[in-house]
Amino acid sequence: MEAIAKDPRMADVSSVPLAQIDPSNPSLFADDTIGGYFDRLRKEAPIFYRKGGYSGDFWSVTKYRDIIQVDTNHDVFSSETRTGITLNDRPQEMDRPAFIAMDPPKHDEQRKAVSPIVAPENLLRLKEGIRSRTADVLDNLPLGEPFDWVEKISIELTTRMLATLFDFPYEDRARLTYWSDVAHMDINAGGPIKSEAQRDAELSKMLDVFTRLWEERANLPPQPDLISMMAHAPATRHLPRTPREFLGNLQLLIVGGNDTTRNTMSASIYFLDKFRAEQAKLRANPKLVATMVPEVIRYQTPLTHMKRVAKRDTVFQGQKIHEGDRVVMWYLSGNRDEEAIENPNAFIIDRPGARQHLSFGFGIHRCVGNRLAELQLQILWDELLRRDLQVEVLDEPVRTYSNIIHGFNSMNVRVKKWGTK
Amino acid sequence: MVKVIYIEHDDTAHAVEVAPGTSLMKGALNNSVPGIDGDCGGECACGTCHVYVEEEWLERLEPQGQREIEMLDFAAGAKPNSRLSCQIAMRENLDGITVRLPVGQH
Repeated sequence: MEAIAKDPRMADVSSVPLAQIDPSNPSLFADDTIGGYFDRLRKEAPIFYRKGGYSGDFWSVTKYRDIIQVDTNHDVFSSETRTGITLNDRPQEMDRPAFIAMDPPKHDEQRKAVSPIVAPENLLRLKEGIRSRTADVLDNLPLGEPFDWVEKISIELTTRMLATLFDFPYEDRARLTYWSDVAHMDINAGGPIKSEAQRDAELSKMLDVFTRLWEERANLPPQPDLISMMAHAPATRHLPRTPREFLGNLQLLIVGGNDTTRNTMSASIYFLDKFRAEQAKLRANPKLVATMVPEVIRYQTPLTHMKRVAKRDTVFQGQKIHEGDRVVMWYLSGNRDEEAIENPNAFIIDRPGARQHLSFGFGIHRCVGNRLAELQLQILWDELLRRDLQVEVLDEPVRTYSNIIHGFNSMNVRVKKWGTK
Repeated sequence: MVKVIYIEHDDTAHAVEVAPGTSLMKGALNNSVPGIDGDCGGECACGTCHVYVEEEWLERLEPQGQREIEMLDFAAGAKPNSRLSCQIAMRENLDGITVRLPVGQH
């Protein structure tokens, strides 16, 4: 697959013939024009088949209610694709199966093995550690000087969280972020990974490190970290014997809580700076963090889509979908569907029904870490507000070149006390 | 109107009047009862309206559908008397139904 050069004709969204709209083109996300194309698809072809796009042939489901129907109908729309659950198919021989890409019953057993670590009871235990790490990072910020928020705060905080979840050696925590980025980055983004083979080779090193940690923890009594939990749970303790499945589950857990939370942290800063009336509302009433957090998650939609494969021929909303067809749920589009959400393109931190959005998905695959993500964001903002800090965004952030990760590579900011120059 | 009693995890009780036909989930959200989230808006797709139904009311409820059984399987702290409150519509003969709420929704 070649990178698509930004076509100047794409600049006018309304003039592109419907058949040429390609929501899998990573450029459209990097230059933030994708929203206009999703608006068109929701109106003109809510179940839209594109042949020969950047990511091949696929159906796009762009409306909120249709997306929920696909997400909850796993009998027809399977996650067991053997090419992964995003548009960026892996070659089947490089498949790294994890429960996100499985159907029941295997999906259910494996999900339930890890779910407890991010369930409400355990979040109560994790809370204080998150707060103290957040306080530590915020208290060491260079006030008044420009710096990259993505690197210094978003990446740093999410990396520390991951290291805690895995009880990973703290001094090596940057490797977790590195592997997460390796797992995801577009091979045409100009980053260090330029082929699927290269991606696979890098991730195999991750496998070695975790295999060693697993062997230590399997021989100790159970502890509340992901490696120990998986090493002791009946549904997952076989994993080192099936290395590709082991790799897949590790990748899932590292990636799942990594750039999604990172990008939402960055996005929250970006939106609150951009929409000053909302910022004023928040400062006047800090309790609004509780609804601001889900609103940011909706407005940003850190994962743009999830992919399924049709297990049999089916007719959906009048469209004939064939067995084997790839079907993409565009969460980023559904979250701006005015038929489901009032005034969806407005960022409103206290909107009624703020928690109703597609960003975590729905159904049995709904993001297992969703409460942990919200908790980290809540704490970040509680601590920013408590310190009376204002974060000014100095330049338009650099957006990620990707059709799956909706985020920011860097964001130049300045932090100061509220009301000072 | 019929009455629902929601008891939070810390034993705070809320007695609420609800119109017949309204789900227990909506009854909580419409009356600002904390502890039920209803993130999917009542589509039986998120599991965040999880409640524990007091024993004497359990058998009066409509049986669970396949989707509810499936979603409850993943709910944190699910017990035999667990239900998804978006799937329970209030009726006259459920007047006074009492439900307990979990420590958190997941």
